Amino acid sequence: MTDSILEARKLTKIYGSNVIFKDIDLKVAEGETIVIIGPSGTGKSTLLRCMNLLTKADNGQIFLDGKEITAPDYNEDQVRQQIGMVFQNFLLFNHLTALDNVMIGLTKVKKLPKEQAREKAMEELKRVGLADRADHYPGQLSGGQQQRVGIARALAMDPRVMLFDEPTSALDPELIGEVLGVMEKLARDRMTMLVVTHEMGFAREVADRIVFMEKGHIVEEGSPDDLFYHPKHDRTREFLWKITELYGKKEKEAGGNP
Amino acid sequence: MSDFFEFFTRFLPDLLKGASMTLLLTAEGLAAGFVLGLLATLTRSYGNKFWRGVAIGYIELFRGTPLLVQLFLIYYGLPGLGITLSRELSAFLALGLNSGAYQAEYLRGSILAIGDNQMMAGRSIGMSKWKTIWHVILPQALRLAIPAWSNEPVSLLKSTGVVFLIAIPELMAKAKSIAAKTYDPIGSYIAVAIIYLAMVYLLDAMLKWLERASRIPGFEMEGRKA
Ligand SMILES: Nc1ncnc2c1ncn2[C@@H]1O[C@H](COP(=O)(O)OP(=O)(O)O)[C@@H](O)[C@H]1O
Ligand SMILES: [Mg+2]
Repeated sequence: MTDSILEARKLTKIYGSNVIFKDIDLKVAEGETIVIIGPSGTGKSTLLRCMNLLTKADNGQIFLDGKEITAPDYNEDQVRQQIGMVFQNFLLFNHLTALDNVMIGLTKVKKLPKEQAREKAMEELKRVGLADRADHYPGQLSGGQQQRVGIARALAMDPRVMLFDEPTSALDPELIGEVLGVMEKLARDRMTMLVVTHEMGFAREVADRIVFMEKGHIVEEGSPDDLFYHPKHDRTREFLWKITELYGKKEKEAGGNP
Repeated sequence: MSDFFEFFTRFLPDLLKGASMTLLLTAEGLAAGFVLGLLATLTRSYGNKFWRGVAIGYIELFRGTPLLVQLFLIYYGLPGLGITLSRELSAFLALGLNSGAYQAEYLRGSILAIGDNQMMAGRSIGMSKWKTIWHVILPQALRLAIPAWSNEPVSLLKSTGVVFLIAIPELMAKAKSIAAKTYDPIGSYIAVAIIYLAMVYLLDAMLKWLERASRIPGFEMEGRKA
């Protein structure tokens, strides 16, 4: 059918009388990193949540590996094991240690034996550089560390695709780098990623494709070079200009603060 | 004073028998109420419309009427419907149902505080709704509920006094019979008050221990924020 891992066709979401987005088409190819940008309230988070069925789309279809996961009676829990998600506010399980946060999906969902699950979870923690924090509770970790545990928790399920919803926007500037570093490494290892972020440095360096969304529409998409240097739409140019300005300022502030 | 001391020690064995019945009723009511309250609050938060209605109806009914009325309806009222229960079973049912309604409310607050976010996080790794409730929501909600819930054991302990009205031989019933026997209601009720106080003190100590033992580093802070 297609060589895309994850694909949305004519996806529409309506809350009450509020059309959040309409007829969105989006294809994510294997190993690709796509960055979605756009003003807040545009429906980016809602779109991500629809992609792994946390929110039901009102219309349209979603395909994972060519199979329609929006088909009635499709096993949603099965789907979500294969589409990892990282949240803006981390959403770690606060009553569990870092290790148990990563392990719980392995023991309770994948039903791995405990020892095997522990080994795998430790590996994932190592992958995000937190092996030495395994027995810390979320409340004892910094925001950046919590988010890296969040990434490890999703990775532990060996997902086909990872969704990131503004993974660094709740972080203090000095903690953003460690999370972006982990994501960059993932992208280099050819993990398939769909990332909502306003970190333009990351978008430019890491994204294969950038999608600019506004008011529930995809205004423009293309390579970072295309969007940064040859945008087709004035809106894209304006938005990128504004966001780069903002981002640059934040970066400077972060540099200025000890 | 020494008179009272003599009075107290003379009736102590009898009073302690009553007290152990009181403690038994409290423990049973608390346990039954916990199960009922948990079921009611989970149904209310996660059930379908019909069952949600049932849960709300139960909670409102038992919080909105006096325990004594509930007890009399069960003990004297149900036989009218062809259901006759023993005194002990009636007392157990009334206390359990009543406490369950309150415990449901204590739990509900903390389930709301844990919120949809933890549900979303659980579902995002492929856990089912009920698995997430069991492994993620409840362990946090129960811990968060402890400070507010701590009122319930003490409050229930004191409420058990009403069951002497259907002649259950608990502490209040003992007080009444000792008062009648000795013509000393004051001494008798002071003695009972002392024993209630001692039991409440004991319960409080146990609850404090529970609160400490279930604490998770950094959790209270995080839980409140979410
Ligand atoms: N559960 C919901 N119920 C009603 N409206 C919602 C809900 N979630 C999001 N919205 C609305 O959908 C729009 C898009 O929100 P969101 O997807 O969070 O945008 P973004 O992530 O781009 O900032 C907003 O107007 C928001 O108010
Ligand atoms: Mg958002």
